[in-house]
Amino acid sequence: MNIIEKIERAGLVGRGGAEYPTAKKWQDVRLAPGDQKYVICNASEGEIGLFKDIFILENYTEQVVRGMILALEYLETKDAFFNINEKYYHQIESKILKIIDKYNQQGYNIQFFIEEPSYIGGEETALLNAIEGKRTEPRLKPPYPSIEGLYGKPTLINNVETFYNVACVDDNTFSATRFFSISGKIKNPGVYQLPDDITIEKLLKETNNLPDFDFFVQIGGSASGLVLNKEQIKEQKMIGAGGLEVYDKTTPPKDVVLRWLKFYQKESCGKCTPCRVGTYQLYNLVKNNSEIPWSEVFEILETLKETSFCALGKSVEVPITSYYKNVL
Amino acid sequence: MKIWINNKEYEAEPGESVLEVAIRNKINIPHFCYHEDLPVGASCRTCLVEIKDTGKIVTSCTLKAENGLKVSSETEKVKRLRLKNIELLLANHYKNCPKCQQGLFCPVAKEAKEYSASMTKYDNPEKKSEVHNIGGAIEFDPRLCIACNKCVAVCKKLGIGILEMKGKNIDNHATINQDRNIDCIYCGQCTVHCPVGAIREKSEIESVERALNDDNKIVIAQMAPSVRASIGEEFGLPVGTDLTGQIYTAFRKLGFDKVFDVNMGADITTIIEAEELIERIHNNKNLPMFTSCCPAWVKFVEFYHPEIIDNLTTARSPQIHAGAAYKTWWAKKEGIDPKNIVVVSFMPCTSKKYEAHSEKFKVDGLSPVDYVLTTREFATLLRKQSINISNLESSEVDTPGTFSGAGVIFGASGGVMESALRTAYNKMTGKDLNKLEFEEIRGIEGIKKASIKIGEKTLNVAVVSTMKNAKKIIKEMNKYDYIEVMACPGGCIGGGGQPIPTTLRITKKRAKALYSIDSKMKMRKAHENPIVKDFFDNLPDSDREKILYTTYSRKNKFE
Repeated sequence: MNIIEKIERAGLVGRGGAEYPTAKKWQDVRLAPGDQKYVICNASEGEIGLFKDIFILENYTEQVVRGMILALEYLETKDAFFNINEKYYHQIESKILKIIDKYNQQGYNIQFFIEEPSYIGGEETALLNAIEGKRTEPRLKPPYPSIEGLYGKPTLINNVETFYNVACVDDNTFSATRFFSISGKIKNPGVYQLPDDITIEKLLKETNNLPDFDFFVQIGGSASGLVLNKEQIKEQKMIGAGGLEVYDKTTPPKDVVLRWLKFYQKESCGKCTPCRVGTYQLYNLVKNNSEIPWSEVFEILETLKETSFCALGKSVEVPITSYYKNVL
Repeated sequence: MKIWINNKEYEAEPGESVLEVAIRNKINIPHFCYHEDLPVGASCRTCLVEIKDTGKIVTSCTLKAENGLKVSSETEKVKRLRLKNIELLLANHYKNCPKCQQGLFCPVAKEAKEYSASMTKYDNPEKKSEVHNIGGAIEFDPRLCIACNKCVAVCKKLGIGILEMKGKNIDNHATINQDRNIDCIYCGQCTVHCPVGAIREKSEIESVERALNDDNKIVIAQMAPSVRASIGEEFGLPVGTDLTGQIYTAFRKLGFDKVFDVNMGADITTIIEAEELIERIHNNKNLPMFTSCCPAWVKFVEFYHPEIIDNLTTARSPQIHAGAAYKTWWAKKEGIDPKNIVVVSFMPCTSKKYEAHSEKFKVDGLSPVDYVLTTREFATLLRKQSINISNLESSEVDTPGTFSGAGVIFGASGGVMESALRTAYNKMTGKDLNKLEFEEIRGIEGIKKASIKIGEKTLNVAVVSTMKNAKKIIKEMNKYDYIEVMACPGGCIGGGGQPIPTTLRITKKRAKALYSIDSKMKMRKAHENPIVKDFFDNLPDSDREKILYTTYSRKNKFE
């Protein structure tokens, strides 16, 4: 069985958060016309509450790089970039350089792009701009990176965990698990590798993290993730990039919301109006009022959801709306 | 194919966006970052429409027309979201806009009113940077910037790239590139692309008003060719309306003592430039000869390509020629002390401000031109006095402003060369041209090339606009004898001081108006102008150098 059949059979999906079928993504790039193609491994991991990529990089370095090599072989190219959050780079530098040097000596050309830690680096086209030395902001889509990516060439961009999964699939050791970044007001924070269809409640139990106080959770990531109450987590499975944060329900709503908005207004790339100005105004609206002025907040959130340029701006409303609906 | 916008059917071309169809059919969809000559940025998020079938909200600038597509720009949801984005976008406008502050006509305020958008509901942090003065021609107030990117995109497209977007999140705004190898040429294309007046001409309206109110001054108005074909747009007239006579009346109503015309100066320039061309060809020296009446192009050469300085014609530009003629020849004739003359140029251009302020043009200590107002400033001046130019009777230019048709076409790319060729032909062959029109060097294209036979001699010529094209032609300049270069797309008629919006399509229509004026004139060659003849006849040899010619020198950044 060739690699693409293996990936398809394993049902791999993107673990950067978008959950796009991996086999389809690989085939899109393979079918795209062009002699020059690129592979990019994205270790940007710029969202709060996410730290599984660095865990994988530290523990399974060899597999991640091998996943990239499998992609390069499949796409019949030698050129790859390893986009890495600057903080992470210093943590794994010595280990990963050795492995990459080994492959580069075999004729591969894997270069590091050391990224200033940012949320927008998770947006594929913004990442492409950054590597090209342009302003880090998203591009208009279409064209998609699989057709016109880095320097206008067909480009495959996968997350660290996705490449790790590809290597496992190739070794026939893949077992439908995923990595969970668990954080918040719990006893045993950390990264756990468990079955990907586990419910959130079970996940808390198995990691010995089920709180004994009134709580709510946020899943996917601690900025763009969905907020759920303790009833909802009985059925709910993990989504997005696999983050799980536990919150104390007695935390003042203003503090909860302000943390998200502080993150968003800082991390907005500044390209489009609703995200650039909207997140700033939201942050100030909440900060400067003793009670959250919900109707004004929702007016701006709707504008962000419906009219933002990229998925990052569109997602600002997700945590706040679900928190309001499911918890308050 | 057909699409429906707000329940009405419209024809759409393949590849066209819904916004393009809307603009073409005069359907009002607000947009701040879209410009038809620039790549779509889709960042302002105000040109929203709702797709009927799906209820999806999308930006019409990115939505491609498809047969049968039905959209609405007037659903409650679109109105609500659009209003929010306009209010977020204009959060800082009112408190920082000098036009809004003074109660003057500001197109942004007009737009805000149209959509009932508050410009004070939201308050953004004040950017610390002050208003930048760029070469005395342009000023940039970062506090008004809405990060639409148009100034950056146009500057890059034209081949300069002095502007860049900088800063993340709410701090993102246009800034001036600090790279020492990049400099502004003051063409002002950023100002004619800025939707909110953040980058604008350095206004000289107040200085002009002071001069007009000073009884001791003789204040002369002179307008460039292009202004007559564009000022109407500021007052809602169709693009390409010639308002020459109405403008003269307006100048008089504004209180100008004398009404002359830069076109007369253009006729002087033509003669000097044609003579120099003939001489250089004769001596086979410093060829090709480049035109130099565009100060932005001159700045480009002086900063980026000082090695070709000797190839620039040494003829001064029309406004400078004319201004010096008034302050010498005309002043003497009228018995006026030239110190009491104030010359105000109305130009489609911002770099003409930079040129007018240059020390090197001073004649006997006096600047030939005292103030330069752009077409847009002219409109503001008229609005301040409640003068609606479209209602005015036509009147004539004062005799010293008499000009030829060749002077008029200076405004369009190729016009300077055509004018010079009409005169050079006469001077080289002793005969007059049968056909005056040089069609091959007319039109909006950025690079035009032709071989032109004058008697026994064939001249290889090129006409280019924008510095991107100038760079290309410099590389192959040895193939040519004579090259006209203008910084703005389509020449001065598409200049940085022209009404907003200026697009290539609009520029084309304005240029047509100039050629039409020329075609209807009896006197169509510069050397036939009796006023110019009289000026030359009375010009002492000792004054020729200081009034007619100039020199150039290598320039540093912002010099």
